[in-house]
Amino acid sequence: MTRTVKLAINGVPYERSIEPRLLLVHLLRDVLGLTGTHVGCETSLCGACTVTVNGAAVKSCTMFAVQADGAEVGTIEGLAPGDSDSELHPVQEGFWERHGLQCGFCTPGMIMTAAAYLKENPSPSERDIRHSLDGNFCRCTGYVGIVDGVRYAVEKGGAR
Amino acid sequence: MSARDKYVGKRVKRTEDPRLVRGLAHYVDDVRLPDTLHVAILRSPHAHAKLRRISTDAAAKSPGVVRVVTGADLDGKVGGVVCAAAMDGLKIPPHPVLAMGKVRYVGEPIVAVVADDPYRAYDALDLIEVDYDPLPAVTDPEVAATAASPVLHEELGDNIAFRWNLAGGDIDGAFAKADHVVKGKLVHQRLIPNAMEPRGVLARYFPGEKELTIWTSTQIPHLARSLLAGMVGVPEHKVRVITPEVGGGFGSKLNVYGEEAIVAYLSIVLGKPVKWIERRRENFQATIHGRGQVGEVELAVKSDGTILGLRYHVIADLGAYHQLLTPAIPTLTGLMQTGPYKISALDTRVTGVFTNKVATDAYRGAGRPEATYVCERAIDLIAHDLKLDPVDVRRRNFPAATEFPFQTATGLTYDSGDYVTSLDRALQIAGYDKLRAEQRDARAKGRYLGIGLATYVEICALGPSAAAPPGVGWWESATVRVEPSGKVTVMTGASPHGQGQETTFAQIAADALGIDLNDVTVIHGDTAIVQYGIGTFGSRGTAVGGTAVVKALDQLVAKAKKFAAVTMGVDPSTVAFADGRFSSGDKSLTTAEVAGAAYAAKSLPPDTEPGLSATCFFEPKNFTFPFGAHLVSVEVDVETGAIQILRYVAVDDCGRVINPMLVDGQVQGGIAQGLGQALLEEAVYDEAGQLVSGTFMDYALPRATDMPPLELHRTETPTDVNPLGAKGVGEAGTIASSAAIVNAVIDALAPFGVRHLDMPLKAEKIWRAARVRVVAGV
Repeated sequence: MTRTVKLAINGVPYERSIEPRLLLVHLLRDVLGLTGTHVGCETSLCGACTVTVNGAAVKSCTMFAVQADGAEVGTIEGLAPGDSDSELHPVQEGFWERHGLQCGFCTPGMIMTAAAYLKENPSPSERDIRHSLDGNFCRCTGYVGIVDGVRYAVEKGGAR
Repeated sequence: MSARDKYVGKRVKRTEDPRLVRGLAHYVDDVRLPDTLHVAILRSPHAHAKLRRISTDAAAKSPGVVRVVTGADLDGKVGGVVCAAAMDGLKIPPHPVLAMGKVRYVGEPIVAVVADDPYRAYDALDLIEVDYDPLPAVTDPEVAATAASPVLHEELGDNIAFRWNLAGGDIDGAFAKADHVVKGKLVHQRLIPNAMEPRGVLARYFPGEKELTIWTSTQIPHLARSLLAGMVGVPEHKVRVITPEVGGGFGSKLNVYGEEAIVAYLSIVLGKPVKWIERRRENFQATIHGRGQVGEVELAVKSDGTILGLRYHVIADLGAYHQLLTPAIPTLTGLMQTGPYKISALDTRVTGVFTNKVATDAYRGAGRPEATYVCERAIDLIAHDLKLDPVDVRRRNFPAATEFPFQTATGLTYDSGDYVTSLDRALQIAGYDKLRAEQRDARAKGRYLGIGLATYVEICALGPSAAAPPGVGWWESATVRVEPSGKVTVMTGASPHGQGQETTFAQIAADALGIDLNDVTVIHGDTAIVQYGIGTFGSRGTAVGGTAVVKALDQLVAKAKKFAAVTMGVDPSTVAFADGRFSSGDKSLTTAEVAGAAYAAKSLPPDTEPGLSATCFFEPKNFTFPFGAHLVSVEVDVETGAIQILRYVAVDDCGRVINPMLVDGQVQGGIAQGLGQALLEEAVYDEAGQLVSGTFMDYALPRATDMPPLELHRTETPTDVNPLGAKGVGEAGTIASSAAIVNAVIDALAPFGVRHLDMPLKAEKIWRAARVRVVAGV
């Protein structure tokens, strides 16, 4: 049994016939080849799989792809305004500038979470930033560079 | 390297980062090959049981399934998991990649299912029937060491895998002369490394070439190739291991696991690419754990706090089988047992014990956090029992800076150090006397502040090959190649997985050759491209691997000078090299021009081959011994048990710094993991051997809101162990922070008569400890 979903990912329309049990993250990664979104725990606890669905940060490992039917989905691959390393989203730039990543595995989810949060709250306190990232684990950085990176984005007008 | 350095010592942004922040990097699961088959693994729900019958018929007929294999199917075809550690009397039980006859921990692999789709592979797992005869399990290592315990490996007689003793000096004399004997029992709880990327393997066999390519998330690609070649019976030169991006390791990927061999074997017999991606639940249950020691320390002490001798009897919880280095980890604890102190007599006895749990092995620090915790808790116990200031006890027992190289009673030679200076800096930055005054004032008002220190030394830059397990070296390799265009390729045998050596090694090469950083590319983690290497662990990547780069560059520049001399028509002895130019008198050439001449080879210098590359296999003459002082101040809310870290001051000495931003990052991440051990994390097995902290809901990894602001500082004491002067920094934060935080919390609870509490210091434990005295009205 398959169902047809139509959705826009990073502004590009897709239509696919899929099993209803297919998770959104597997649609992105395995059907469409967008492997920038990672799977870290399959239980919505680590945040590595965070994408945006209609602008809200969502953990794509615990959402069925069919639930995203008709939605606008944003992934890490579509976050930067341009295609070169010099045209990054301010949060991506902040992570690079402030050493917000080491192994990089949590990074796409971390960046998507922060970018979505800054749209809600463009001038957060440090405490706000830390709370906004509480659903995303990083094992490498102790969050120091991550929080600094988000602060950098805030200073650069991160709500872009 | 010199004052002209443009990159070394500078805060250079990482060249790795753009691909990672844009989602364009490739971890194992991001590598896609056509017609890939997917593996799911049935794991034991029992901690200890006999396997009576395994029925896979229904699974084999499930849609999409192409093969189902059990331990019996792989017997004689896939070799067991390898333990590289060796010591007298070590018992090494068989460790098949799929269980044979018995299971010995929850999560032990029993059946592998291969299907055309991962969902279908997992569907089929539900159709496998296994009849188990459950057996009594043992999870407490102290119980497992007794004669009354269930025995995991019957053929070994008992659960004692080894007894290891390290003694030095006159220990009985030390205790005979002591004014006081200070004792304590200390538990290092098991931790779960939890690299954010779980393990993953993709294998493809090329039957025409008879070559096997394995993409695997590992810290040791070359060693993995050597071992996997043996396990699956493909000659080593026909095996290629590729480690694409690796999403963290922390020691958990300093291993070769059964799944890697299973997947490799299946790709050979099925003739298609085969992939297995570990799920987090499997990572909790079946990837190695860290720590797991229970020890009793006894110190012979003079009334002024001078330590005359140390006895430490420890039981190491090995788990059910040996992984690569399982038995070796607690021996590292023994080697570092005297810490940064002049303790001239010691007697360390380690008993390694099998338990019905997954194996322990290297986890960030690997034996040294345990040693440091024992030492640093012991110092504070001495201060407590003898009513001395813990700062004074530390100072009294430090070797002076002039005493280096310093010989320890454990047989090591600490290369260089200045422990007094790092402690003094930490005290001065934190304002120690003022903190103590604040503590007194606060106590008078019913608020409980605590101050904790950890002064540590660690054994890093592993290390001289003579100290490595049999059959393994601990050198590192590098090739530097200037291409005909003058662009530079560095190939390192180290295998960075987040540490940033693509950047730091490029910094070293760019400065040495006077070229732009972006003209250097660093290649690692592909055994078909890179010369044999060892890997990244034990804070060795830069100290050993970076030194290999430096020495290869030295050779390369010497060769380039010969080509420059021939090209310019001058005597080689007159050629100078600086800022990317080879010059002699008024003539000069760029590196690119010399490279062009070297490859064109129209006029060769005497006894010189064409081309411009050099390879170095660097063998260090000793370990390095980074050190430092961490000072933590906390406030404990005795009504709720909540702990707030008020100040965290770290003064670390990792020798020469190539990139201060990356060094800070290593320390920050290390502190977070040590904080996790001190306050939050614990692998909890119930009596039946179920892992009850087996998801991120139950196992408390530090979150962004758990981390205090960190005040990081450095001293820089040169070492002569390597010409780069780097000592290593990957583990320092983890080694120091657990002890410093625990010392601070226990100091805060001193008014309640608390002398010691075991980690993790969860709110409930704190509340209870304070409550006892509150209720008693003391």
